Amino acid sequence: MVRFINLTLAGITSGVVFAAVALALVLIWRATRVVNFAQGAMLMFTTFLAWSVIDAGGSYWLALGVALASGLVLGAVIERVVVRPVENKPPLNAVIVTLGLYVLLQAAAGMIWGDTPHSYPPAFTIKGLSVAGTRLLLSPFDLFVIGAVAAVMVLLTLLFVRTDLGLRLRASAFAPEIARLQGVRVGRMLTLGWALAALVGSLAGVLIAPSVFVGPAQFDAMLVFGFTAAVIGGLDSPAGAVTGGLVLGCALSYVSGYVSSDLVTFGALAALITVLMVRPNGLFAASTGRRV
Amino acid sequence: MLEVTDLTVQYGAVRALGGVGLSVDEGSVTAVLGANGAGKTTLLRTISGLLRPRAGRVELDGRDLTRMPVEDIVRLGVAHVPQSGGVITELTVEDNLRLGGLWRRDRAALARRVAEMYELFPPLAERRARTAATLSGGERQMLALARALTGAPRLLLVDEPSLGLAPRVVAQLMAVLRRLCDEDGRTVLLVEQNARSALSVADRAVVLDLGAVVAAEDAAAIAADDRLRHAYLGF
Repeated sequence: MVRFINLTLAGITSGVVFAAVALALVLIWRATRVVNFAQGAMLMFTTFLAWSVIDAGGSYWLALGVALASGLVLGAVIERVVVRPVENKPPLNAVIVTLGLYVLLQAAAGMIWGDTPHSYPPAFTIKGLSVAGTRLLLSPFDLFVIGAVAAVMVLLTLLFVRTDLGLRLRASAFAPEIARLQGVRVGRMLTLGWALAALVGSLAGVLIAPSVFVGPAQFDAMLVFGFTAAVIGGLDSPAGAVTGGLVLGCALSYVSGYVSSDLVTFGALAALITVLMVRPNGLFAASTGRRV
Repeated sequence: MLEVTDLTVQYGAVRALGGVGLSVDEGSVTAVLGANGAGKTTLLRTISGLLRPRAGRVELDGRDLTRMPVEDIVRLGVAHVPQSGGVITELTVEDNLRLGGLWRRDRAALARRVAEMYELFPPLAERRARTAATLSGGERQMLALARALTGAPRLLLVDEPSLGLAPRVVAQLMAVLRRLCDEDGRTVLLVEQNARSALSVADRAVVLDLGAVVAAEDAAAIAADDRLRHAYLGF
Protein backbone atom coordinates (compact mmCIF):
# COMPACT_ATOMS: atom_id res chain seq x y z
CA MET A 1 0.00 0.00 0.00
CA VAL A 2 2.83 2.38 0.91
CA ARG A 3 4.43 1.48 -2.38
CA PHE A 4 1.23 2.28 -4.27
CA ILE A 5 0.91 5.62 -2.49
CA ASN A 6 4.53 6.43 -3.22
CA LEU A 7 4.21 5.56 -6.90
CA THR A 8 1.08 7.68 -7.12
CA LEU A 9 2.83 10.64 -5.49
CA ALA A 10 5.78 10.31 -7.87
CA GLY A 11 3.31 10.00 -10.74
CA ILE A 12 1.52 13.18 -9.75
CA THR A 13 4.79 15.10 -9.49
CA SER A 14 5.95 14.12 -12.96
CA GLY A 15 2.36 14.33 -14.19
CA VAL A 16 2.02 18.04 -13.39
CA VAL A 17 5.14 18.72 -15.43
CA PHE A 18 3.75 16.72 -18.35
CA ALA A 19 0.54 18.67 -17.85
CA ALA A 20 2.39 21.97 -18.16
CA VAL A 21 4.03 20.89 -21.42
CA ALA A 22 0.70 19.53 -22.66
CA LEU A 23 -0.96 22.83 -21.76
CA ALA A 24 1.65 24.72 -23.76
CA LEU A 25 0.89 22.51 -26.77
CA VAL A 26 -2.88 22.85 -26.33
CA LEU A 27 -2.77 26.65 -26.02
CA ILE A 28 -0.91 26.88 -29.31
CA TRP A 29 -3.06 24.27 -31.01
CA ARG A 30 -6.24 26.08 -29.99
CA ALA A 31 -4.99 29.48 -31.10
CA THR A 32 -3.24 28.65 -34.34
CA ARG A 33 -3.99 24.98 -35.18
CA VAL A 34 -0.28 24.28 -35.14
CA VAL A 35 1.26 21.33 -33.30
CA ASN A 36 4.39 22.90 -31.91
CA PHE A 37 7.07 20.25 -32.32
CA ALA A 38 9.62 22.84 -31.22
CA GLN A 39 8.10 23.08 -27.71
CA GLY A 40 10.66 20.69 -26.22
CA ALA A 41 13.53 22.60 -27.79
CA MET A 42 12.07 25.95 -26.73
CA LEU A 43 11.87 24.94 -23.09
CA MET A 44 15.34 23.40 -23.36
CA PHE A 45 16.68 26.73 -24.57
CA THR A 46 15.06 28.81 -21.84
CA THR A 47 16.19 26.30 -19.20
CA PHE A 48 19.74 26.70 -20.49
CA LEU A 49 19.40 30.45 -20.08
CA ALA A 50 18.28 29.86 -16.49
CA TRP A 51 21.19 27.49 -15.95
CA SER A 52 23.58 30.18 -17.21
CA VAL A 53 22.23 32.55 -14.56
CA ILE A 54 22.82 29.98 -11.83
CA ASP A 55 26.23 29.10 -13.28
CA ALA A 56 27.17 32.77 -13.10
CA GLY A 57 26.24 32.84 -9.43
CA GLY A 58 22.64 34.03 -9.69
CA SER A 59 19.96 32.73 -7.35
CA TYR A 60 17.45 29.99 -8.17
CA TRP A 61 14.63 32.53 -8.20
CA LEU A 62 16.41 34.95 -10.50
CA ALA A 63 17.07 32.05 -12.87
CA LEU A 64 13.40 31.04 -12.74
CA GLY A 65 12.40 34.61 -13.57
CA VAL A 66 14.83 34.67 -16.49
CA ALA A 67 13.43 31.38 -17.80
CA LEU A 68 9.84 32.63 -17.65
CA ALA A 69 10.61 36.03 -19.17
CA SER A 70 12.73 34.56 -21.94
CA GLY A 71 9.95 32.05 -22.61
CA LEU A 72 7.47 34.88 -23.12
CA VAL A 73 9.81 36.67 -25.50
CA LEU A 74 10.87 33.54 -27.38
CA GLY A 75 7.25 32.46 -27.91
CA ALA A 76 6.21 35.87 -29.18
CA VAL A 77 9.19 36.20 -31.50
CA ILE A 78 8.73 32.71 -32.93
CA GLU A 79 5.05 33.35 -33.65
CA ARG A 80 5.73 36.69 -35.30
CA VAL A 81 8.75 35.68 -37.33
CA VAL A 82 8.46 32.05 -38.37
CA VAL A 83 4.92 30.87 -37.62
CA ARG A 84 2.93 33.86 -38.91
CA PRO A 85 3.81 33.15 -42.57
CA VAL A 86 2.49 29.58 -42.38
CA GLU A 87 -0.73 30.26 -40.48
CA ASN A 88 -3.79 29.48 -42.60
CA LYS A 89 -1.60 27.48 -44.96
CA PRO A 90 -1.65 23.68 -45.37
CA PRO A 91 -0.88 22.07 -41.94
CA LEU A 92 2.25 20.37 -43.29
CA ASN A 93 3.96 23.77 -43.71
CA ALA A 94 3.66 24.47 -39.99
CA VAL A 95 4.86 20.95 -39.13
CA ILE A 96 8.00 21.47 -41.21
CA VAL A 97 8.59 24.92 -39.72
CA THR A 98 8.31 23.77 -36.09
CA LEU A 99 10.46 20.69 -36.80
CA GLY A 100 13.06 22.97 -38.40
CA LEU A 101 12.91 25.22 -35.37
CA TYR A 102 13.47 22.22 -33.12
CA VAL A 103 16.64 21.30 -35.01
CA LEU A 104 17.80 24.91 -35.08
CA LEU A 105 17.35 25.51 -31.35
CA GLN A 106 19.01 22.23 -30.46
CA ALA A 107 22.01 22.97 -32.67
CA ALA A 108 22.27 26.53 -31.35
CA ALA A 109 22.18 25.30 -27.74
CA GLY A 110 24.92 22.78 -28.54
CA MET A 111 27.08 25.52 -30.05
CA ILE A 112 26.58 27.89 -27.13
CA TRP A 113 26.63 25.57 -24.14
CA GLY A 114 28.14 22.32 -25.47
CA ASP A 115 26.62 18.85 -25.59
CA THR A 116 27.51 17.66 -22.08
CA PRO A 117 24.49 17.73 -19.76
CA HIS A 118 24.83 19.96 -16.71
CA SER A 119 23.19 19.44 -13.34
CA TYR A 120 20.52 21.88 -12.25
CA PRO A 121 19.83 22.53 -8.57
CA PRO A 122 16.34 22.08 -7.12
CA ALA A 123 14.76 24.96 -5.20
CA PHE A 124 14.29 22.87 -2.07
CA THR A 125 15.60 19.57 -0.79
CA ILE A 126 14.62 16.48 -2.77
CA LYS A 127 14.75 14.30 0.35
CA GLY A 128 11.36 12.68 0.80
CA LEU A 129 9.11 13.76 3.65
CA SER A 130 8.49 11.32 6.48
CA VAL A 131 5.01 10.64 7.74
CA ALA A 132 4.66 8.45 10.86
CA GLY A 133 8.11 7.00 10.33
CA THR A 134 7.54 6.15 6.69
CA ARG A 135 9.61 7.89 4.06
CA LEU A 136 7.38 9.13 1.21
CA LEU A 137 8.36 9.67 -2.41
CA LEU A 138 7.35 13.27 -2.01
CA SER A 139 9.93 15.92 -1.22
CA PRO A 140 9.54 19.60 -0.43
CA PHE A 141 10.77 20.28 -3.97
CA ASP A 142 8.04 18.01 -5.37
CA LEU A 143 5.49 20.04 -3.43
CA PHE A 144 6.97 23.18 -4.94
CA VAL A 145 6.69 21.66 -8.44
CA ILE A 146 3.04 20.77 -7.90
CA GLY A 147 2.29 24.16 -6.35
CA ALA A 148 4.04 26.14 -9.07
CA VAL A 149 2.23 24.37 -11.90
CA ALA A 150 -1.10 24.63 -10.06
CA ALA A 151 -0.56 28.35 -9.47
CA VAL A 152 0.21 29.00 -13.13
CA MET A 153 -2.85 27.04 -14.17
CA VAL A 154 -5.11 28.97 -11.81
CA LEU A 155 -3.68 32.28 -13.06
CA LEU A 156 -4.13 31.25 -16.70
CA THR A 157 -7.69 30.13 -16.04
CA LEU A 158 -8.47 33.46 -14.38
CA LEU A 159 -6.89 35.30 -17.29
CA PHE A 160 -8.90 33.38 -19.88
CA VAL A 161 -12.24 33.28 -18.09
CA ARG A 162 -12.36 36.43 -16.01
CA THR A 163 -10.68 39.16 -18.04
CA ASP A 164 -11.53 41.05 -21.22
CA LEU A 165 -8.13 40.12 -22.59
CA GLY A 166 -9.01 36.47 -21.99
CA LEU A 167 -12.30 36.95 -23.83
CA ARG A 168 -10.38 38.35 -26.79
CA LEU A 169 -7.92 35.45 -26.66
CA ARG A 170 -10.71 32.89 -26.60
CA ALA A 171 -12.65 34.60 -29.39
CA SER A 172 -9.52 34.72 -31.55
CA ALA A 173 -8.91 31.02 -31.00
CA PHE A 174 -12.49 29.91 -31.64
CA ALA A 175 -13.39 32.15 -34.59
CA PRO A 176 -10.63 34.43 -35.85
CA GLU A 177 -12.62 36.07 -38.62
CA ILE A 178 -15.61 36.79 -36.38
CA ALA A 179 -13.26 38.13 -33.72
CA ARG A 180 -11.72 40.54 -36.23
CA LEU A 181 -15.20 41.75 -37.16
CA GLN A 182 -15.67 42.64 -33.48
CA GLY A 183 -12.51 44.73 -33.61
CA VAL A 184 -10.25 42.20 -31.88
CA ARG A 185 -6.65 42.50 -33.08
CA VAL A 186 -6.36 38.78 -33.71
CA GLY A 187 -2.71 38.93 -34.82
CA ARG A 188 -1.67 40.31 -31.44
CA MET A 189 -3.78 37.72 -29.64
CA LEU A 190 -2.03 34.89 -31.49
CA THR A 191 1.36 36.33 -30.57
CA LEU A 192 0.26 36.58 -26.95
CA GLY A 193 -1.09 33.02 -27.06
CA TRP A 194 2.29 31.70 -28.21
CA ALA A 195 4.05 33.80 -25.58
CA LEU A 196 1.86 32.43 -22.78
CA ALA A 197 2.30 28.87 -24.03
CA ALA A 198 6.07 29.27 -24.13
CA LEU A 199 6.00 30.68 -20.61
CA VAL A 200 4.20 27.58 -19.31
CA GLY A 201 6.68 25.40 -21.21
CA SER A 202 9.62 27.28 -19.69
CA LEU A 203 8.26 26.69 -16.21
CA ALA A 204 8.04 22.96 -16.95
CA GLY A 205 11.63 22.98 -18.19
CA VAL A 206 13.04 24.54 -15.02
CA LEU A 207 10.95 22.27 -12.80
CA ILE A 208 12.05 19.05 -14.49
CA ALA A 209 15.67 20.14 -15.00
CA PRO A 210 17.01 18.73 -11.66
CA SER A 211 15.91 15.22 -12.64
CA VAL A 212 16.82 15.17 -16.35
CA PHE A 213 19.85 17.49 -16.31
CA VAL A 214 20.28 20.33 -18.79
CA GLY A 215 21.57 19.43 -22.25
CA PRO A 216 20.50 20.06 -25.83
CA ALA A 217 18.74 16.69 -26.15
CA GLN A 218 17.73 16.16 -22.51
CA PHE A 219 14.19 17.49 -22.92
CA ASP A 220 13.14 15.56 -26.03
CA ALA A 221 11.21 13.11 -23.87
CA MET A 222 9.26 16.04 -22.40
CA LEU A 223 7.82 16.83 -25.81
CA VAL A 224 6.87 13.18 -26.36
CA PHE A 225 5.21 12.85 -22.95
CA GLY A 226 3.62 16.30 -23.15
CA PHE A 227 2.22 15.55 -26.58
CA THR A 228 0.91 12.18 -25.39
CA ALA A 229 -0.77 13.89 -22.44
CA ALA A 230 -2.30 16.54 -24.71
CA VAL A 231 -3.69 13.91 -27.09
CA ILE A 232 -5.08 11.87 -24.18
CA GLY A 233 -6.90 15.03 -23.13
CA GLY A 234 -8.22 15.73 -26.60
CA LEU A 235 -5.66 18.33 -27.78
CA ASP A 236 -8.31 21.05 -27.70
CA SER A 237 -9.03 21.27 -23.98
CA PRO A 238 -6.80 22.89 -21.33
CA ALA A 239 -8.55 20.87 -18.62
CA GLY A 240 -7.96 17.78 -20.75
CA ALA A 241 -4.26 18.56 -21.00
CA VAL A 242 -3.96 18.73 -17.21
CA THR A 243 -5.92 15.51 -16.71
CA GLY A 244 -3.95 13.85 -19.49
CA GLY A 245 -0.70 14.87 -17.82
CA LEU A 246 -1.75 13.43 -14.45
CA VAL A 247 -3.10 10.20 -16.00
CA LEU A 248 0.11 9.74 -17.96
CA GLY A 249 2.34 10.58 -14.99
CA CYS A 250 0.65 8.00 -12.78
CA ALA A 251 0.54 5.37 -15.53
CA LEU A 252 4.27 5.75 -16.18
CA SER A 253 5.03 5.68 -12.48
CA TYR A 254 3.13 2.39 -12.02
CA VAL A 255 4.83 0.86 -15.06
CA SER A 256 8.26 1.80 -13.83
CA GLY A 257 7.52 0.78 -10.22
CA TYR A 258 5.64 -2.47 -10.74
CA VAL A 259 7.08 -3.69 -14.03
CA SER A 260 10.36 -2.18 -15.14
CA SER A 261 11.72 1.31 -15.60
CA ASP A 262 12.90 0.25 -19.06
CA LEU A 263 9.29 0.01 -20.16
CA VAL A 264 8.29 3.60 -19.32
CA THR A 265 8.17 4.79 -22.92
CA PHE A 266 6.19 1.70 -23.84
CA GLY A 267 3.82 2.56 -20.98
CA ALA A 268 3.19 5.98 -22.53
CA LEU A 269 2.31 4.34 -25.82
CA ALA A 270 0.02 1.86 -24.06
CA ALA A 271 -1.76 4.65 -22.16
CA LEU A 272 -2.23 6.61 -25.37
CA ILE A 273 -3.61 3.66 -27.31
CA THR A 274 -5.92 2.61 -24.48
CA VAL A 275 -7.45 6.07 -24.20
CA LEU A 276 -7.80 6.52 -27.94
CA MET A 277 -9.49 3.12 -28.27
CA VAL A 278 -12.11 4.05 -25.68
CA ARG A 279 -12.45 7.72 -26.66
CA PRO A 280 -10.99 8.30 -30.14
CA ASN A 281 -11.13 12.08 -29.76
CA GLY A 282 -9.51 12.13 -26.33
CA LEU A 283 -10.99 12.28 -22.85
CA PHE A 284 -12.20 15.87 -23.06
CA ALA A 285 -13.25 16.14 -26.68
CA ALA A 286 -16.37 18.21 -27.21
CA SER A 287 -19.17 16.52 -29.13
CA THR A 288 -18.50 16.31 -32.84
CA GLY A 289 -20.03 18.85 -35.16
CA ARG A 290 -19.24 21.60 -32.71
CA ARG A 291 -17.96 23.98 -35.35
CA VAL A 292 -20.66 25.97 -37.18
CA MET B 1 -22.00 58.41 -45.93
CA LEU B 2 -20.74 55.25 -47.64
CA GLU B 3 -19.51 55.59 -51.18
CA VAL B 4 -18.52 52.56 -53.26
CA THR B 5 -17.00 53.27 -56.65
CA ASP B 6 -16.15 50.91 -59.47
CA LEU B 7 -15.48 47.98 -57.14
CA THR B 8 -14.02 44.86 -58.75
CA VAL B 9 -13.37 41.70 -56.72
CA GLN B 10 -12.06 38.40 -58.01
CA TYR B 11 -11.71 34.94 -56.49
CA GLY B 12 -8.83 33.63 -58.55
CA ALA B 13 -10.06 33.71 -62.12
CA VAL B 14 -13.70 34.16 -61.12
CA ARG B 15 -14.96 37.72 -61.13
CA ALA B 16 -17.44 38.19 -58.26
CA LEU B 17 -17.95 41.93 -58.64
CA GLY B 18 -17.26 43.90 -61.80
CA GLY B 19 -17.24 47.65 -61.36
CA VAL B 20 -19.96 48.01 -58.72
CA GLY B 21 -20.87 51.48 -57.50
CA LEU B 22 -23.39 52.52 -54.89
CA SER B 23 -23.89 55.17 -52.28
CA VAL B 24 -25.63 54.94 -48.94
CA ASP B 25 -27.11 58.03 -47.30
CA GLU B 26 -26.67 58.63 -43.59
CA GLY B 27 -29.73 57.59 -41.59
CA SER B 28 -31.25 55.39 -44.29
CA VAL B 29 -31.88 51.71 -44.86
CA THR B 30 -30.47 50.55 -48.17
CA ALA B 31 -31.23 47.05 -49.41
CA VAL B 32 -28.91 45.12 -51.72
CA LEU B 33 -30.98 42.53 -53.56
CA GLY B 34 -30.30 39.80 -56.06
CA ALA B 35 -30.15 36.06 -56.59
CA ASN B 36 -27.59 33.58 -55.27
CA GLY B 37 -24.16 34.36 -56.65
CA ALA B 38 -25.02 37.94 -57.59
CA GLY B 39 -22.14 39.16 -55.41
CA LYS B 40 -24.10 40.55 -52.44
CA THR B 41 -22.04 38.89 -49.73
CA THR B 42 -18.80 39.67 -51.58
CA LEU B 43 -19.82 43.33 -51.61
CA LEU B 44 -20.37 43.40 -47.83
CA ARG B 45 -17.17 41.49 -47.10
CA THR B 46 -15.20 43.92 -49.22
CA ILE B 47 -16.72 46.95 -47.51
CA SER B 48 -15.83 45.59 -44.06
CA GLY B 49 -12.30 44.79 -45.16
CA LEU B 50 -12.42 40.98 -45.14
CA LEU B 51 -11.77 40.93 -48.89
CA ARG B 52 -9.35 43.08 -50.86
CA PRO B 53 -10.72 44.44 -54.13
CA ARG B 54 -8.79 44.18 -57.34
CA ALA B 55 -9.88 47.70 -58.25
CA GLY B 56 -12.17 50.44 -57.03
CA ARG B 57 -12.70 52.30 -53.77
CA VAL B 58 -14.76 52.13 -50.62
CA GLU B 59 -15.10 55.43 -48.77
CA LEU B 60 -16.74 56.24 -45.45
CA ASP B 61 -17.33 59.99 -45.06
CA GLY B 62 -14.59 60.59 -47.58
CA ARG B 63 -12.12 58.28 -45.84
CA ASP B 64 -10.63 55.50 -47.92
CA LEU B 65 -11.33 52.08 -46.37
CA THR B 66 -10.00 50.05 -49.25
CA ARG B 67 -6.64 49.11 -47.76
CA MET B 68 -7.59 49.43 -44.10
CA PRO B 69 -7.47 46.35 -41.82
CA VAL B 70 -10.82 45.00 -40.62
CA GLU B 71 -10.07 45.92 -37.00
CA ASP B 72 -9.57 49.58 -37.90
CA ILE B 73 -12.71 49.75 -40.03
CA VAL B 74 -14.65 48.46 -37.01
CA ARG B 75 -13.21 51.35 -35.01
CA LEU B 76 -14.71 53.83 -37.46
CA GLY B 77 -18.14 52.58 -36.39
CA VAL B 78 -18.82 49.97 -39.07
CA ALA B 79 -20.36 46.75 -37.77
CA HIS B 80 -20.76 43.70 -39.99
CA VAL B 81 -23.27 41.01 -39.08
CA PRO B 82 -22.18 38.10 -41.27
CA GLN B 83 -24.40 35.51 -42.87
CA SER B 84 -26.12 33.26 -40.29
CA GLY B 85 -24.95 35.65 -37.61
CA GLY B 86 -21.53 34.25 -36.86
CA VAL B 87 -22.09 34.05 -33.12
CA ILE B 88 -19.26 32.21 -31.40
CA THR B 89 -21.02 29.09 -30.18
CA GLU B 90 -18.36 28.20 -27.60
CA LEU B 91 -18.84 31.49 -25.75
CA THR B 92 -21.74 32.45 -23.54
CA VAL B 93 -24.41 34.84 -24.74
CA GLU B 94 -23.01 37.51 -22.42
CA ASP B 95 -19.44 37.05 -23.69
CA ASN B 96 -20.64 37.25 -27.29
CA LEU B 97 -22.46 40.49 -26.51
CA ARG B 98 -19.54 42.08 -24.66
CA LEU B 99 -17.15 41.13 -27.45
CA GLY B 100 -19.00 43.42 -29.84
CA GLY B 101 -18.30 46.50 -27.73
CA LEU B 102 -14.94 45.60 -26.27
CA TRP B 103 -12.99 47.77 -28.69
CA ARG B 104 -14.52 50.86 -27.11
CA ARG B 105 -12.49 51.41 -23.97
CA ASP B 106 -15.37 52.73 -21.84
CA ARG B 107 -16.40 49.75 -19.68
CA ALA B 108 -19.31 51.51 -17.96
CA ALA B 109 -20.85 52.40 -21.32
CA LEU B 110 -20.36 48.83 -22.48
CA ALA B 111 -22.19 47.44 -19.46
CA ARG B 112 -25.00 49.93 -20.11
CA ARG B 113 -25.35 48.93 -23.74
CA VAL B 114 -25.30 45.21 -22.89
CA ALA B 115 -28.16 45.89 -20.45
CA GLU B 116 -30.02 47.77 -23.19
CA MET B 117 -29.66 44.78 -25.49
CA TYR B 118 -31.19 42.50 -22.88
CA GLU B 119 -34.16 44.88 -22.76
CA LEU B 120 -34.44 45.00 -26.52
CA PHE B 121 -34.14 41.21 -26.87
CA PRO B 122 -35.57 39.58 -23.70
CA PRO B 123 -34.86 35.97 -24.84
CA LEU B 124 -31.14 36.78 -24.69
CA ALA B 125 -31.43 37.97 -21.10
CA GLU B 126 -32.86 34.62 -20.02
CA ARG B 127 -29.92 32.77 -21.57
CA ARG B 128 -27.09 35.13 -20.76
CA ALA B 129 -24.96 32.55 -18.94
CA ARG B 130 -25.54 29.76 -21.47
CA THR B 131 -23.31 29.15 -24.47
CA ALA B 132 -24.56 30.49 -27.77
CA ALA B 133 -24.65 26.90 -29.04
CA THR B 134 -27.90 26.44 -27.09
CA LEU B 135 -29.72 29.19 -29.00
CA SER B 136 -32.19 28.67 -31.84
CA GLY B 137 -31.53 30.11 -35.29
CA GLY B 138 -33.68 33.17 -34.63
CA GLU B 139 -32.06 33.78 -31.26
CA ARG B 140 -28.60 33.53 -32.81
CA GLN B 141 -29.55 36.14 -35.37
CA MET B 142 -30.83 38.32 -32.54
CA LEU B 143 -27.59 37.82 -30.64
CA ALA B 144 -25.52 38.66 -33.72
CA LEU B 145 -27.44 41.88 -34.25
CA ALA B 146 -27.29 42.77 -30.56
CA ARG B 147 -23.55 42.07 -30.51
CA ALA B 148 -23.04 44.47 -33.40
CA LEU B 149 -25.09 47.10 -31.56
CA THR B 150 -23.06 46.92 -28.33
CA GLY B 151 -20.31 48.59 -30.34
CA ALA B 152 -22.74 51.47 -31.05
CA PRO B 153 -21.96 51.45 -34.78
CA ARG B 154 -22.93 54.25 -37.15
CA LEU B 155 -23.12 51.93 -40.13
CA LEU B 156 -24.56 48.45 -39.83
CA LEU B 157 -23.86 45.89 -42.56
CA VAL B 158 -26.31 43.00 -42.28
CA ASP B 159 -25.94 39.89 -44.44
CA GLU B 160 -29.13 37.87 -45.07
CA PRO B 161 -30.65 38.03 -41.60
CA SER B 162 -33.75 36.21 -42.87
CA LEU B 163 -31.85 33.06 -43.83
CA GLY B 164 -33.58 30.00 -42.38
CA LEU B 165 -35.93 31.96 -40.12
CA ALA B 166 -39.70 31.73 -39.81
CA PRO B 167 -41.59 34.56 -41.60
CA ARG B 168 -42.82 36.01 -38.31
CA VAL B 169 -39.27 36.21 -36.92
CA VAL B 170 -38.08 37.78 -40.18
CA ALA B 171 -40.75 40.47 -39.90
CA GLN B 172 -39.66 41.24 -36.31
CA LEU B 173 -36.00 41.52 -37.36
CA MET B 174 -36.86 43.84 -40.23
CA ALA B 175 -38.89 46.02 -37.88
CA VAL B 176 -35.92 46.21 -35.50
CA LEU B 177 -33.64 47.32 -38.35
CA ARG B 178 -36.11 50.04 -39.33
CA ARG B 179 -36.30 51.24 -35.72
CA LEU B 180 -32.50 51.37 -35.42
CA CYS B 181 -32.55 53.73 -38.34
CA ASP B 182 -35.54 55.87 -37.35
CA GLU B 183 -34.99 56.10 -33.60
CA ASP B 184 -31.21 55.81 -33.19
CA GLY B 185 -30.18 57.40 -36.48
CA ARG B 186 -28.07 54.43 -37.53
CA THR B 187 -27.42 53.70 -41.19
CA VAL B 188 -28.19 50.19 -42.41
CA LEU B 189 -26.95 48.36 -45.47
CA LEU B 190 -29.03 45.21 -45.72
CA VAL B 191 -28.17 42.35 -48.05
CA GLU B 192 -31.17 40.13 -48.70
CA GLN B 193 -32.36 37.41 -50.97
CA ASN B 194 -35.81 37.77 -49.48
CA ALA B 195 -36.54 40.89 -51.56
CA ARG B 196 -40.13 41.34 -50.46
CA SER B 197 -39.38 41.72 -46.77
CA ALA B 198 -36.25 43.78 -47.39
CA LEU B 199 -38.17 46.23 -49.61
CA SER B 200 -40.81 46.58 -46.91
CA VAL B 201 -38.32 48.38 -44.64
CA ALA B 202 -35.78 49.85 -47.07
CA ASP B 203 -35.61 53.45 -48.27
CA ARG B 204 -33.53 52.62 -51.28
CA ALA B 205 -32.59 49.40 -53.02
CA VAL B 206 -29.78 48.25 -55.27
CA VAL B 207 -30.28 45.18 -57.44
CA LEU B 208 -27.19 43.13 -58.27
CA ASP B 209 -26.92 40.50 -60.95
CA LEU B 210 -23.75 38.56 -61.82
CA GLY B 211 -21.59 41.10 -60.02
CA ALA B 212 -23.02 44.23 -61.62
CA VAL B 213 -25.63 46.79 -60.58
CA VAL B 214 -28.76 46.49 -62.71
CA ALA B 215 -30.91 48.98 -60.78
CA ALA B 216 -30.55 51.50 -57.96
CA GLU B 217 -33.69 53.37 -57.01
CA ASP B 218 -36.16 54.14 -54.25
CA ALA B 219 -37.40 50.93 -52.68
CA ALA B 220 -40.99 51.74 -53.65
CA ALA B 221 -40.04 52.23 -57.29
CA ILE B 222 -38.23 48.89 -57.39
CA ALA B 223 -41.13 47.12 -55.72
CA ALA B 224 -43.44 48.60 -58.36
CA ASP B 225 -41.26 47.62 -61.34
CA ASP B 226 -42.72 44.35 -62.64
CA ARG B 227 -39.85 43.70 -65.04
CA LEU B 228 -37.21 43.95 -62.28
CA ARG B 229 -39.28 41.94 -59.83
CA HIS B 230 -39.80 39.05 -62.24
CA ALA B 231 -36.30 39.03 -63.69
CA TYR B 232 -34.19 39.41 -60.57
CA LEU B 233 -36.21 39.38 -57.36
CA GLY B 234 -38.42 36.32 -57.77
CA PHE B 235 -41.77 37.70 -56.68
